[in-house]
Amino acid sequence: MTNRTIRVWTLIHKWTSLICTLFMLLLCLTGLPLIFHDEIEALTAEDALPAMPADTPLKSLDDAVASALATYPGERPLFLSFDEDRPVVNVTTGPGARPPVSQMHISAIDLRSARILADLNDDKGFMHVMLRLHVDMFAGLPGELFLGFMGFLLFLATLSGVVIYAPFMRKLSFGTVRAGRSRRLKWLDLHNMLGIVTLMWVVVVGLTGVINTLSVPLVAYWRSNELAAMVAPYAGKPVPERFASVDAAVRTAMEAAPGMRPQFIAFPGVRFSSNHHYAVWLKGATPATNRILTPALIDAETGAFTDMRSMPWYMLALRLSQPLHFGDYGGLPMKILWAALDVLTIVILGSGLYLWLARRRTAQDHAAAGANLRAPLRATVGEAAE
Amino acid sequence: MKEPRPPLPLPAIFGLPAAIALVTAAGLVAALLDDGLMDAVSWAALSVPVLTTVWFWCRRRR
Repeated sequence: MTNRTIRVWTLIHKWTSLICTLFMLLLCLTGLPLIFHDEIEALTAEDALPAMPADTPLKSLDDAVASALATYPGERPLFLSFDEDRPVVNVTTGPGARPPVSQMHISAIDLRSARILADLNDDKGFMHVMLRLHVDMFAGLPGELFLGFMGFLLFLATLSGVVIYAPFMRKLSFGTVRAGRSRRLKWLDLHNMLGIVTLMWVVVVGLTGVINTLSVPLVAYWRSNELAAMVAPYAGKPVPERFASVDAAVRTAMEAAPGMRPQFIAFPGVRFSSNHHYAVWLKGATPATNRILTPALIDAETGAFTDMRSMPWYMLALRLSQPLHFGDYGGLPMKILWAALDVLTIVILGSGLYLWLARRRTAQDHAAAGANLRAPLRATVGEAAE
Repeated sequence: MKEPRPPLPLPAIFGLPAAIALVTAAGLVAALLDDGLMDAVSWAALSVPVLTTVWFWCRRRR
């Protein structure tokens, strides 16, 4: 590498990092409690299942929906999702087909009694604030897309960091941390070592985070292309006045896809379904396939099966980006490792910021002493490039 | 003064980092494929970058 190439990559590293660092610090700090949101929420959970005989028959999904609607009169059902390991469904209702999230109501319903266990409309607690800061900084879709762009800058910063790692390490063996000389040199070596060692995790979590920020436009694209093609004969039909049975729709969907189980049901008109259908989102039965969802469309007026197609690549990418970003697919040990890597990333960001500030201070000192302004830059990068 | 060491070639600089990156990637994918044993494989693999940093911090030159 010539000195010129190194200088260009150094500039790329400096500016992409400087722009995204404060936002990345925010994301790393708010992400830390979010890794453990299941465990934290279990501590304060108020929806414990009341004791009932083990053979209590289950009420129907239609009963559960009716129960939610009785609690929020005038609203309509939007989603129904199944708890993983309890006879509980979560019914989301709202004033229209696609209201803002703040107007939605989520009720956890005990299927043995069709009674509401708890409403999950927590929009004030600590975890909610962490989530909103992490997802969109309370700025909605623009905030989400902005953080996505910051994530892309982090990717560029990481990539350019790898390129300029080489000239730094020409005379040093891997992992060297020179802690006995100057504080600046110690943090430079730590920054380089931590950066190169956590590289793959940072790239994967960063890029899957970027993909997650594209969720709204990707689902909208899917709805107006793939989904529109599946329900072409229904084009232009309004949302039905009355819906056929949800239970019958789930049975029809499961008959069409033996071996698959429902993950959630999107009611007509919502962004995960057409205007005229129940979309029953089915997941595979094995650990490798239960993250891959396939929507079966059931006519919500007649209950007839309409179509079922596997997801296009970009929807699969979106789906797989969730576990790979959240770190919630390998039990508690994985979450602890996720947290450790998150803390290491905070150290990389902090040391990077420190190195920039320290170099500026050195540069100013040199300028004050009448020395060549560019000398300190050469001292760090140039030495390695000789 | 010591003789200056000759610069390291690129494979010597990027060999271990590439190995750690591959182990990390394998760990990230493993837990997606299956539960139980594959989760444990994933924990072991994701421990590699974390323990590497601890190792080199403990061996820093004072």
